[in-house]
Amino acid sequence: MTTEKNIYSLDRKFRPGDGIARFVVHSVSFISFAVILLIFIFVFREALPIFSSTEKSVSSEYLQSETYGDEPGDESDSELSDETVLLETGGAEGRAGLRNLLSREWQPVSGQPKYGLIPLFVGSLKVTFIALLIAAPLSILAALYTAVFASAKLRELIKPTIELLAGFPSVVIGFFALITLASFFQNLFGYTYRLNAFIGGLALSLAVIPIIFTITEEALSSVPREMTEASLALGATRWQTALFVILPAATPGVFAALILGFGRAFGETMIVLMATGNAALTSFNFLEPVRTLSATIGAEMAEVVFGDTHYNVLFLIGSLLFIITFALNAVAEFYIRGRLLKRFRGED
Amino acid sequence: MNKSMGRIVISASALSVIAIVTVIAYLLFDIFWNGKNTLSWAFLTTAPTDGMMQGGIFPVIIGTVSLVLIMSIAGVPVGVITALYLSEYARRTSVFTKMVRFAVNTLAGVPSIVFGLFGLGFFIQFIGMNLDRALMPAGELHWGQPSLLWASLTMALLTLPVVIVAVEEALRAVPEDLRAASLALGATKWQTILKVVLPNATSGILTGTILAVGRGAGEVAPILFTGAAYFLPHLPESLSDQFMNLGYHVYILATQSPDVEATKGLQYATVLILLLVTFGLNLIAVMLRYKLRKASRQ
Amino acid sequence: MKTVMIILTAMLFSTALFAASDITVKGSDTMVILAQRWAEFYMEQNSDITIQVTGGGSGVGISALINGTTDICNASRPMKPSERDKLKQRYNSLGVEIKVAKDGLSVYLNDANPVAELSLDQVKQIYTGKITNWKQVGGNDAKIIVYGRENSSGTYVYFKDNVLGGADFTSTMQSMPGTAAVVNTVIKDKNAIGFGGAAYAVGIKYAKIKKTADSPAYEPTEENVKSGDYPISRFLYLYTRSKPTGDMKKYIDWILSAEGQAVVSKVGYFPVR
Repeated sequence: MTTEKNIYSLDRKFRPGDGIARFVVHSVSFISFAVILLIFIFVFREALPIFSSTEKSVSSEYLQSETYGDEPGDESDSELSDETVLLETGGAEGRAGLRNLLSREWQPVSGQPKYGLIPLFVGSLKVTFIALLIAAPLSILAALYTAVFASAKLRELIKPTIELLAGFPSVVIGFFALITLASFFQNLFGYTYRLNAFIGGLALSLAVIPIIFTITEEALSSVPREMTEASLALGATRWQTALFVILPAATPGVFAALILGFGRAFGETMIVLMATGNAALTSFNFLEPVRTLSATIGAEMAEVVFGDTHYNVLFLIGSLLFIITFALNAVAEFYIRGRLLKRFRGED
Repeated sequence: MNKSMGRIVISASALSVIAIVTVIAYLLFDIFWNGKNTLSWAFLTTAPTDGMMQGGIFPVIIGTVSLVLIMSIAGVPVGVITALYLSEYARRTSVFTKMVRFAVNTLAGVPSIVFGLFGLGFFIQFIGMNLDRALMPAGELHWGQPSLLWASLTMALLTLPVVIVAVEEALRAVPEDLRAASLALGATKWQTILKVVLPNATSGILTGTILAVGRGAGEVAPILFTGAAYFLPHLPESLSDQFMNLGYHVYILATQSPDVEATKGLQYATVLILLLVTFGLNLIAVMLRYKLRKASRQ
Repeated sequence: MKTVMIILTAMLFSTALFAASDITVKGSDTMVILAQRWAEFYMEQNSDITIQVTGGGSGVGISALINGTTDICNASRPMKPSERDKLKQRYNSLGVEIKVAKDGLSVYLNDANPVAELSLDQVKQIYTGKITNWKQVGGNDAKIIVYGRENSSGTYVYFKDNVLGGADFTSTMQSMPGTAAVVNTVIKDKNAIGFGGAAYAVGIKYAKIKKTADSPAYEPTEENVKSGDYPISRFLYLYTRSKPTGDMKKYIDWILSAEGQAVVSKVGYFPVR
């Protein structure tokens, strides 16, 4: 690979066409980086008003629209409807101070909106852990089998098959969980809540398996052949080599796989929106419904009043998701992948 | 002891493979079995009627096709050029290269719902609103609202890493000798790229595009508030129209139709179409990539 | 590639051409089907007029009305003061509210549930978490599984304001993204309770609702909703920025006419007159 740069030493003469092309290629490549910056700026920008304390007060006078056409008979109106006026929900009245955001209640549409992020955060973590608990052992073992035990032919069959799972749209997995999995497991175990953290996590694991599998498999198969051969030559069996030589050598890769899988599960929206029951509870019971950060955005953004506190809080949740996945990626990228490379090059 | 331990390790790992493959097979079978009876030519070519309890998914398909088409037109060139940079121009030590590579990897990990928020905050609320301020009569909104264009651009950003990774792999597989030969004959670097490197990487570019289209056709979260419509009585006619979408249609059929029993067949058939599209595209991409890898090994 | 370019250019230019459409209607997803039927019938009789209908949600429709992207907004909830405030700032008008249909909100129970009637107060206590066992309302000794709609829906807001008297829903309520999702889970869950708009499904029943503990119980039929005997019903609204004139006035008058109101019944809502 070191020769590749030398080739271009033939190409020193300045040519304007090449200069332009070079400039265009460089500027276009900058787009990816610019987009990351823009996401950072614009998702935060919409969340920012929460932190500015100058909440503009809504005029207290009651604003009533004109009506048109004959007023339909009042007797058909609900008898309770005159209370509506006093109990207007939502609106800019609700403040989202730090205490509110750290409370344990998520009731954003209310006379006194409660924007407690704790139950949502707990919900996301809960579902993610369940997903990893199911996906990690399955996919690491499957990767081990594919990379170490399977014949070359079988390997070329298994790998693309499991990778195809990555191509399943999450809405399809959510649909499958909502209609089929949820009933199947409730009939099997007879628990109270049909949709719960377990079902959500199980469905989510289907989305995470191909990620953990692919990266782990790659890490396992890129363990230098000399290491494997040395182990076998010393009299170790294939499975001993797999478990005590190959797997440890690929640990950083497996870690990276788990971290990226965690990130994927944490940010996934459609699956959890459809399969978890969406009740904002703060509990550690795996068989109770949960509401996650991402599902909250997905469910509530469409009808929220733009510019409202509720709207800003949803963007704040988005910023949180972005920061968390960004950090996870950075860790996987810089620390673990770097170490993996170093170890194979013998620098560690 | 050692022998039985070995057996346990091997059979546990083999069982894991079997478990995963079984779930995939069952999912496919379940969708196919329940959806096949509703599937018909008429289902594909008519619009939903009777409050989406009857009829087909024609506008839904057209909406999805428009989305991935505009997405590809916007996203693939950027992806290919970025991949060109990474494989032909990048130097491992340069800060710029590190920035681009980091950005591509990070972009791949950003949750799709965050892309949706970004589309809303940046394209609609910022670009769209400012376009309207400049182009439209005061107070009127044209671009500052959810539309096909903004949803497609959002999706293009989401699928950018997919294109970049696939194309870069293909470009790296082009033998160095070809580049050297071209340069030795006096071609400039750009001429070499255009006439030698890119033509040899066509299948890779195709793979990247197909993978991106497959991904874009199935994602729902990014378009939830950037352009997908619950129901539209007409096909999208311009870039500023909203559109119906397969994935979103699955979501609303499964959760919001007033008659669950009547729509059951419709739901499964729509999921089946969505799966056929994404699955088919991925299958093609996997085969293309497999061929490519095989060719580059020889 | 060439055809792609042609299609694309055509799409860009058609923006200008189609901008000439006459009336645009936007808003509540609940009302999209109804609005679409109205538009179809009306356009059949008046071929000189084009009516474009889109959904997106009540909030989206109201924003569009405020921002000037739609002529008529469909809403399944009344405008909020903050929204009216914005409208006033922009147009110095509080908007015009037109009640066009009634929607009876149903409380669904599983068919196997022995409970058939509930008083408004019992419904309230169940949804605020004060009653948690079916035994307390004359049913089996089983935990009540509470389902409801997402807080972004007009149904949620209506139920909260009018049945719960503004109190917060119990946090154990599972929020479903749509009526169908609620119905689907109630069908599969013997101890479930849910609420939503009119729905048809085998396996669930509508709870008969009593205004007070000793008044008679009514089912959400057209007759009961219209007479007001069934206590949980809401209006569906159209909003315009100013008093409708010209073509728009003709259209809205037609919606309120016997012919327009007949469409309401066909779609599953109840006429206002």
